[in-house]
Amino acid sequence: MKPGLIVRLVVLALLVAFVVTPQSFAWVFQPLTKNGQPAIYTQNTLLVLTLSHLAIVAVATLLATMLAVGLAILVTRPFGAEFLPLSRSLANIGQTFPPVAVLALAVPVLGFGWQPTLVALFLYGLLPIFENALTGLTTLPPAVTEAARGVGMTDRQRLIQVELPLATPVILAGIRLSVVISVATATIGSTVAAWTLGEVIIAGLLSNNIAFVAQGGLVVGTIAVLIYDGLSAVERMLMRRTGQRTGT
Amino acid sequence: MIEIEALTKDYLALTVVDHVSLTVADGEIAVVVGTSGSGKTTLLRMINRLIEPTSGSVRIDGEDTRALPAFELRRRIGYAIQGHGLFPHRTVGQNIATVPSLLGWDRARIDRRVDELLELFQLPPGEFRDRMPSELSGGQQQRVGVARALAAEPKLLLMDEPFGALDPIIRAKAQSDLLAIQKRFGTTIVLVTHDMEEAIHLGDRIAVMDKGQLLQYAPPAEIIARPATPFVAELIGTGERPFRLLSLTRVRELVEPGPAQGAPISPDATLRDAYAEMLWTGRDILPVVDATGASLGRIRRDDIAHRAERPQ
Amino acid sequence: MTTVETASPRLPLAVDKLGVLIAAVAAVAAFMPFAAFRANRIVLGEAKGIFAALPGWEATLLVLVLLAGMAIAITKVPTLWRLATSLVVVALLFVAVGQAGTYLTPPGDRIARVSPGGGFWLLVFAFALLAADAITRLKLKPWRRIAVLAAVAAFFAILLASGTLNDLSILREYFNRGETFWREAQTHLELALGSLVAATVAGIPIGILCYRSDALRAPVLNVLNAIQTIPSIALFGLLIAPLAWVAANVPGAALLGVAGVGAAPAMVALFAYSLLPVVANTVVGLQGVPPAADDAARGMGMTDWQRLVQVQFPLAFPVILTGIRIVLVQNIGLATIAALIGGGGFGVFVFQGVTQTAMDLVLLGAVPTVALAFAAAVVLDAAVELVSPREIPRD
Repeated sequence: MKPGLIVRLVVLALLVAFVVTPQSFAWVFQPLTKNGQPAIYTQNTLLVLTLSHLAIVAVATLLATMLAVGLAILVTRPFGAEFLPLSRSLANIGQTFPPVAVLALAVPVLGFGWQPTLVALFLYGLLPIFENALTGLTTLPPAVTEAARGVGMTDRQRLIQVELPLATPVILAGIRLSVVISVATATIGSTVAAWTLGEVIIAGLLSNNIAFVAQGGLVVGTIAVLIYDGLSAVERMLMRRTGQRTGT
Repeated sequence: MIEIEALTKDYLALTVVDHVSLTVADGEIAVVVGTSGSGKTTLLRMINRLIEPTSGSVRIDGEDTRALPAFELRRRIGYAIQGHGLFPHRTVGQNIATVPSLLGWDRARIDRRVDELLELFQLPPGEFRDRMPSELSGGQQQRVGVARALAAEPKLLLMDEPFGALDPIIRAKAQSDLLAIQKRFGTTIVLVTHDMEEAIHLGDRIAVMDKGQLLQYAPPAEIIARPATPFVAELIGTGERPFRLLSLTRVRELVEPGPAQGAPISPDATLRDAYAEMLWTGRDILPVVDATGASLGRIRRDDIAHRAERPQ
Repeated sequence: MTTVETASPRLPLAVDKLGVLIAAVAAVAAFMPFAAFRANRIVLGEAKGIFAALPGWEATLLVLVLLAGMAIAITKVPTLWRLATSLVVVALLFVAVGQAGTYLTPPGDRIARVSPGGGFWLLVFAFALLAADAITRLKLKPWRRIAVLAAVAAFFAILLASGTLNDLSILREYFNRGETFWREAQTHLELALGSLVAATVAGIPIGILCYRSDALRAPVLNVLNAIQTIPSIALFGLLIAPLAWVAANVPGAALLGVAGVGAAPAMVALFAYSLLPVVANTVVGLQGVPPAADDAARGMGMTDWQRLVQVQFPLAFPVILTGIRIVLVQNIGLATIAALIGGGGFGVFVFQGVTQTAMDLVLLGAVPTVALAFAAAVVLDAAVELVSPREIPRD
């Protein structure tokens, strides 16, 4: 095994161990507490918060991916060509909206809880995926699309057998960006009462318990880095499999 | 047989192909030559309807190409382009199998065909079938591109600058491979190039195009001997004419009985090769010996020089 | 000679597909609540349609303007007209919603709240979309885009100064905390711009080093990448402990403003986030310098330093500026989160508003943040285009 893989597996194992039995790590966080504060957050178990956090991100990303890729396909067909320039600039403009603002503005419509978080994650998550799907579908090597037409593929066959497979690594890069933003935004989702790991951090900030802040931050940070890293690896593998050059 | 009749393509006010008519007989290679912007590629792409003509018609074996949906038409016609256009996400084998799969051939038949073509293009199937296109050299990619175009046994093959991206040595090999394969399958080929040398080497007939118009459509010897317009003459290159003419004839045709000295020449070499050899070695007569070592006779410099004169 | 029908010349279609979509959205929005009235700040609102929210003739006028706007959206009129129409409609919508505030608020009532309704926002969205489409299609030159932005900003400044919108809830919130608002605005800008300046000053040299040294490049970029990945609130949180330690143990640090909570960890975190785009774009920009230009510079006898200053850096600058654009927009958004660790900024209103379920307060924080981020993006995009070499059209 390569050393890089070993490091990743050890980090993952530590993360799982900590989330499942946080009390066994209490000694690590004890020094950060003052005046007999608890070292480990127990209001909700870390496991429940982690799973709920991941579930919200997963559902939002899945929905965002389906809609974003669908829309990107639509505007790159002749039928939707009129929408292409605008959708391009919308995806660009939309990403200047801070995710927090999207989250806060979803509250009046949906109330408190996981719903505004899910909707904010979904809406904001659309943009990077859509932008990348557009890039992927509009920058295919011309010789290849020409050949696909030349061998007699129908429009649908071209899309499914050639265009989408070739665009997949770029789309996946968009999904990766989207997931990273979603993990972060979901953390803030705890301010609107979603069950996410942000709860631990916020509780720590409110009760001035640095141990809570640190454990929440560590778990969320580790999850984000691991997901990012894992998706990057999948992307590189797909790039190789589709015979395209890997980036830096 | 392909019959192109008054085929025209306008883009708004611009006429890219202007009433071009020509016929290609079965088993012939027709090469379309022209500078960039001459409309040659547009003409080619109208044959398999990658570009829809503004007016005019194309008939293949008497059947109008508009009688079927474009994609079905294209599955019957091989198509190879410069830069090969291989699907980078599919293996060599899958690339070659593209059209047979689209046509719904059964697995075993596809596999047989893929291996047969790989053998034919000197790419051992065991070694190459499962490679990705990015793992091949430029020459190998190009061969796979042609193999893919031939996979479904098309009677007609369209080629757009198929050898444009190859270096001169690999290009010469690819050209002779193409001729051998064409002879074997009897495929009718329409090939587009900007290289007159290539056109003369490959074409049974050459179509010279300029500014959307077909200037001349004739066998190479006639194009060289009697260029229809100054432009055609310029494309051939006046200084090159006698040598181009010599390159059309094989040594075999001028062999006469008799003795000769020095290194022999193959009967399949062109007169141009033989003449060059004579100039270089300072001989007037070369012995002609075939690949088995059997002596066929000799060839004389005067006879060759006579062949280089402008035909009447 | 037969004619193939597929290539028939394109007829000038009278209907614009996007316009139809926009008109449909606007039509739906027109039937949704235009404004919401609440007896006080936190009770549930009472939805008012256009005719309930405005005096009769004003409502009629607004509806007529909307219909005209929809008609122009649907038909294929010159793009400049579409832009003008959409801007006029959006402007009128804002004036109208201000009027609604005045009309719906009982005279002298300081507790009642009138806020723009979903219908209003959707109408603004639809016509802003039309404006965005027109601007995209016009392919405006950078200076013109900035001019449009300035005109829009001037319009809102005048609108706000004129008091037209004063009866809207978001401005009520503003008047309740005028001083705080500007203080937090200043903090917000200090956080976003301060970290950007620091990251630029540090990031460009790091980028140059990474470009020069293959051994350095991958590790540095990987670490910066990992930092970017960590959610902001987690990073803010993780910085609290070390900074608190520094404040307590390093003499003088506390005097300089270093503390576990407050602006210090926010500034450090924003700085850390900002490094990746600056460093990575510096590297990419330098790598993108055409080898021929670099070679020519070397051939003419430039020293390494001259080559860097006179050739490589100017050629890489547009890419580096793109990195700075990413940082600025990102930081303006992320600075909102600083409020959670006592760092101030517009986030203060957002999170106060969320905890008090006072949406008007959320808007007071969110609207300026979005406006700032948007303006920063427009200005810097234009700047990137201005410093980029013109592309020579081929053929």
